[in-house]
Amino acid sequence: MCMLTSTSSAQEKSALKANVSYGAVTELTTRIDTPSAGATNVNVQDRPQAGPWVAEVDAIKTRQDKAAFRALFQHFAPRVKAFLMKSGANAALAEETTQEVMATLWTKAHMFDPARASVATWIFTIARNRSIDALRKQRRPEPEDLPWGPEAEPDQEDVLALQQESTQLARALSELPEKQRVLIERAYFGDLSHSEIAAETGLPLGTIKSRIRLALDRLRHAMG
Amino acid sequence: MGYAAGTLPEAFNLVVATHVSLCDECRARLMEFEAVGGAVLDDAAEVELSEGALEATLKLISSRAKDPIKTVWAQTGVFPKPLQDYVGGDLSAVTWRRMGGGVKQAVLPTSKDASVRLLFIPAGAEMPDHGHAGTELTLVLQGAFLDDGDRFARGDIEVANQELEHTPIADIGEDCICLTATDAPLRFSGVVPRLAQKIFRI
Repeated sequence: MCMLTSTSSAQEKSALKANVSYGAVTELTTRIDTPSAGATNVNVQDRPQAGPWVAEVDAIKTRQDKAAFRALFQHFAPRVKAFLMKSGANAALAEETTQEVMATLWTKAHMFDPARASVATWIFTIARNRSIDALRKQRRPEPEDLPWGPEAEPDQEDVLALQQESTQLARALSELPEKQRVLIERAYFGDLSHSEIAAETGLPLGTIKSRIRLALDRLRHAMG
Repeated sequence: MGYAAGTLPEAFNLVVATHVSLCDECRARLMEFEAVGGAVLDDAAEVELSEGALEATLKLISSRAKDPIKTVWAQTGVFPKPLQDYVGGDLSAVTWRRMGGGVKQAVLPTSKDASVRLLFIPAGAEMPDHGHAGTELTLVLQGAFLDDGDRFARGDIEVANQELEHTPIADIGEDCICLTATDAPLRFSGVVPRLAQKIFRI
């Protein structure tokens, strides 16, 4: 959020907008790695490069495919549970909430828009919102949708671009220097504020902010 | 980023969600931060689920109906949708409390770690000079205000922290309505506002 990085003005017009744009497709299409995850037990011939797990979510949406759900569950449920426990849930609550999150994935499958998010990102937002409900007993205000609303059938080119960028993002994240990656993970999972990170790691606050920003910048460059 | 990660107090989340409804640039950044969150999740360590967790989840699913498609359409009104949800309607639904000098406020119910209120400042009026013990986010919904040479209009957010002592003034053109979240009481420089502070819980 711009407002969280600036002290007095929200009007800073940074050049960040491009990061979720759908650029750089043509260059990428020639060298996509087939993601190791997903798309194994579902017929995906009609969209071979749609991105990890998109075909499984689609299978749930179109034909309530339990095999696809099982594959998603095996991959994501243990990660969601780890996320919830790092956010402060005990094992029992994390288990229960994970089941809730995965059930929500089923009941909301028809709302997943692969042109806007990867499956991992979508599940992350569901888990985050459930964790706010369950752990903090708070409401989670969500922004209103864009005036033009979701497309009935997302444009395949947008889907391809977004899903490829996500794959690229995952790779960029894994290639970050260890120190930066750890801090990013803690900011997301540890439910730590920057000052709490400072208290826990003994790093001065300024360093942490700049390291997180540096890491995000690096990710942006990797995406550029 | 705190909003994307889900680590902010509810009051701040409301201001951010309302702002993102008005600012495409920040919407893009929010999606960017969420994308990073997704990548981090995918990359993360795993914690085994209990035996039978999948079956339990499938059972949970069979007991539920499919969620209806809810599109949160942009509203025509002064308040974006997330704020309307808290107020229970648009501007006309607000129950204002007078604070003197034509200034009015309405505190919205959120979790106690921070507070959020709507402020109504008549065109040209000024807020008492104050500093902050914590962070204050102010989002303009109608009109504009001037603060030390900067002008903030609809959709703009001012972030104030410990270092800033300020006297925002509503722009002359129109009454100014803001959504303001704070995680600590304000520090007023004058005695009268300090007394009023006790009464108005700011």
